[in-house]
Amino acid sequence: MADDNLPASATNNDRPSERAEFIAAAAVWMAAMLVIGTLVWILTDIAVRGLSEIDFAFLTDEVRDAGRAGGIGPILLSTALILLVTLAIAIPLALGTAIALTERIGQETCFSRNVRRCLDVLAGVPSIVFGLFGNAFFAITLGLGYSILTGALTLACMVLPILIRTSEQAITAVPNEYRFAAASLGLGRTATLFRVVLPAAAAALMAGVVLSIGRALAETAALIFTSGYVTRTPESLLDSGRSLSVHIYDLAMNVPNGGSQAYATACVLVMLLLAINATTAFLLRVAGFSRRPAMGTQR
Amino acid sequence: MLRNDLPLKIVTRTLAILSAAIVLLVFGFLVRESQPALSQLGFTRFFTDASWHPLSGQFNLTPMIVATLLTSVGAIVLAAPLGIASAVFVHFYAPSSLAIWHRRFIELLAGIPSVVFGLWGLVVLAPIIAQLGGSGQNLLTATIVLGLMVLPTVAMLSDTAIGWVPQDWVHGAAALGMQRWAIVGKVVLPGARRGIAAGVMLALTRAMGETMAVLMLAGNIVEMPTSLLSPGRTLNANIALELGYASASHRSVLFVSGLILMLVVSVIVIGVSRWEGRSNGGR
Amino acid sequence: MISTEDLSISYNGNTVLRNVTIEAMPGKVLALVGPSGCGKTSFLAALNRMTDLIPGAHVSGRIKFTGQDIGDAFGSSVELRRQVGMIFQKPNPFAMSIRRNIELALREHGQRNADSLRQITETVLRDVGLWDEVKHRLNQSALELSGGQQQRLCIARALALKPQVLLMDEPCSALDPIAAERVEQLIQSMRGSYTMIIVTHNLAQARRLADHVGVFWTRDGVGEIIEHGETEKLFTQSTHETVTSYLAGRRG
Repeated sequence: MADDNLPASATNNDRPSERAEFIAAAAVWMAAMLVIGTLVWILTDIAVRGLSEIDFAFLTDEVRDAGRAGGIGPILLSTALILLVTLAIAIPLALGTAIALTERIGQETCFSRNVRRCLDVLAGVPSIVFGLFGNAFFAITLGLGYSILTGALTLACMVLPILIRTSEQAITAVPNEYRFAAASLGLGRTATLFRVVLPAAAAALMAGVVLSIGRALAETAALIFTSGYVTRTPESLLDSGRSLSVHIYDLAMNVPNGGSQAYATACVLVMLLLAINATTAFLLRVAGFSRRPAMGTQR
Repeated sequence: MLRNDLPLKIVTRTLAILSAAIVLLVFGFLVRESQPALSQLGFTRFFTDASWHPLSGQFNLTPMIVATLLTSVGAIVLAAPLGIASAVFVHFYAPSSLAIWHRRFIELLAGIPSVVFGLWGLVVLAPIIAQLGGSGQNLLTATIVLGLMVLPTVAMLSDTAIGWVPQDWVHGAAALGMQRWAIVGKVVLPGARRGIAAGVMLALTRAMGETMAVLMLAGNIVEMPTSLLSPGRTLNANIALELGYASASHRSVLFVSGLILMLVVSVIVIGVSRWEGRSNGGR
Repeated sequence: MISTEDLSISYNGNTVLRNVTIEAMPGKVLALVGPSGCGKTSFLAALNRMTDLIPGAHVSGRIKFTGQDIGDAFGSSVELRRQVGMIFQKPNPFAMSIRRNIELALREHGQRNADSLRQITETVLRDVGLWDEVKHRLNQSALELSGGQQQRLCIARALALKPQVLLMDEPCSALDPIAAERVEQLIQSMRGSYTMIIVTHNLAQARRLADHVGVFWTRDGVGEIIEHGETEKLFTQSTHETVTSYLAGRRG
């Protein structure tokens, strides 16, 4: 959306302001290149240090020698389990809330305003605080201990705000014409929602889910005290399990010479996130959005 | 409203109330677990004790609060200009194909996990900073990486805010013969200032809430920082490091620090949403 | 068939329509004409209670269906909308296959038998003249049809519920002339079988299609009906000054 028809300078014989324009443009370009350059630096660094260690064995082997040898098989499994349970809890809750909030589009009721305020605050809560909460409530009070379930419950609380926000946007983006057509055919609100609106919003809803997966994958602090550190293959949801990000942390900080394995794991994680980014963008294009709708979300 | 729409309304409203209640539950548990420390130790000891040595019963939070503030504000000092410049770049200086890619890159940057930032900072950035003295694991390194992490928040929200400035204003200014930088600086940015400010505030809450990268990079010694090159430990990092082995009263103090963080962040978030609500009339 | 008595509509306290009393006769076409902003669309929306969906809308006065107040004649707005169908200005088929567009409402109203559904679909598509054009692609998206075809599909969709009254809000104005003519021919063919109320800006069309005409105008910023009656009588023998100049194209 650059303004290509915006003149860089209206008159060419105005020396001082032309210089100022040059300086400003240079500054902006440098800033932009600095940002991109750093991103490229980080990604290349991860690729260079990490890719060489990754092979099929790495992805499936057990964790050996505190992670210095072997692979990340059980960790991938734990991560997948945590994600699945998180989604199983968060999706129904988020969808129901989004439907309740879009009951009357364009009208802000006392109910929706207060729910939204609570969700905004929830979105801002630091991840370590979620770790404290998850530990105190799910692990100890509910007696679930360090387990995949505990981690998933905690993560569900964390992704809820963003999932609700994207679901809301997906629902309100469905053109009103469909709703009017459905109403004029005598369809009630429930039928309109489930037969017309939600199917039409499906792609954008999926995009929101995928986005939440990305956020959940990146989460570490909340999982350390809820799903724990164990590197064994989990046998049930009540077993403790280590996620990819927790593994990276452990290898980087607690395990001497764990650096190269940490990089390899980081490489896997970043590749997963790239795939997620691409999937989200694709789904949004299918849904007819031109850009990602939910901006400025917290971690 | 039809009679058979009632189940939908009841179910969805219940789910919405549940979702909203979570934040209250979190808050409630924080208060409950902080209770012992607050009643036994009282609030002033967190600022007046000799040092932070939980094993000897010393619970001065001040060095960590200072470290938190330094790193968060420092991160914003870095992220705000770069983020705003990034948004300006995308709207006014980049050719449209480059703009699309720049936005994608910013989104990518936003998605990189904090542990990965921490890992990179540890292995790549810290040795570079070490040339300025020390081990390289200090508040400066942490601040730089933190700035990188919250930059996308500023960039994306400023991008949206600038997009809301009416094109007519821009064209009107151009028709008056204003230079591009002048249009941006005197018409667009002032016009977008509410959205940009909101973005900066939200980035601040993100910076304050960040744990892992800072934990990995700031050095972890609990001392009042004397310069940016001093090592330090933020409140968040402290919780992450000590919760695992904390005894009862120690644990309670950790919850107090978590409660403080949550309260500060919540106040900022509510403030921003009220402010935005008044200016935009909603999202 | 369907009539109003002193119908008034306001949105958030602003009155847009005042004291409209008019009747649509069974099997006849009633055309509602008048300049933009006179509340004609709001009037239609009130007749099948679409105003319930608009926040802040308030309807007063009486609406009667075959002599009975619609609150008594129908148990719910769902039943009302089965009998009183609506066609919108801009065709709005669902983002689904042609077949599903028609079957959706039928299923919701209880018709689940696959054979009956297929039968009804074919019947209404034939009625609107679409059958030959789409019979080989019933499972393709309705959005791929042309504007005129989409509008005829919307009419077919409404007809599938076998309504007694059809409300049409400028059904041809968003269509190209050829498509508009096809839809107009369709409406002509439906005269006698359905009671239709059509809002239109096209006076010539009103004269062609309608048995009765109602002329809307604004007074003090609020819409009203200033005259109504049989089409030819209104066009040739009206004594109301505004009406004659409007119908002659000198005003509005």
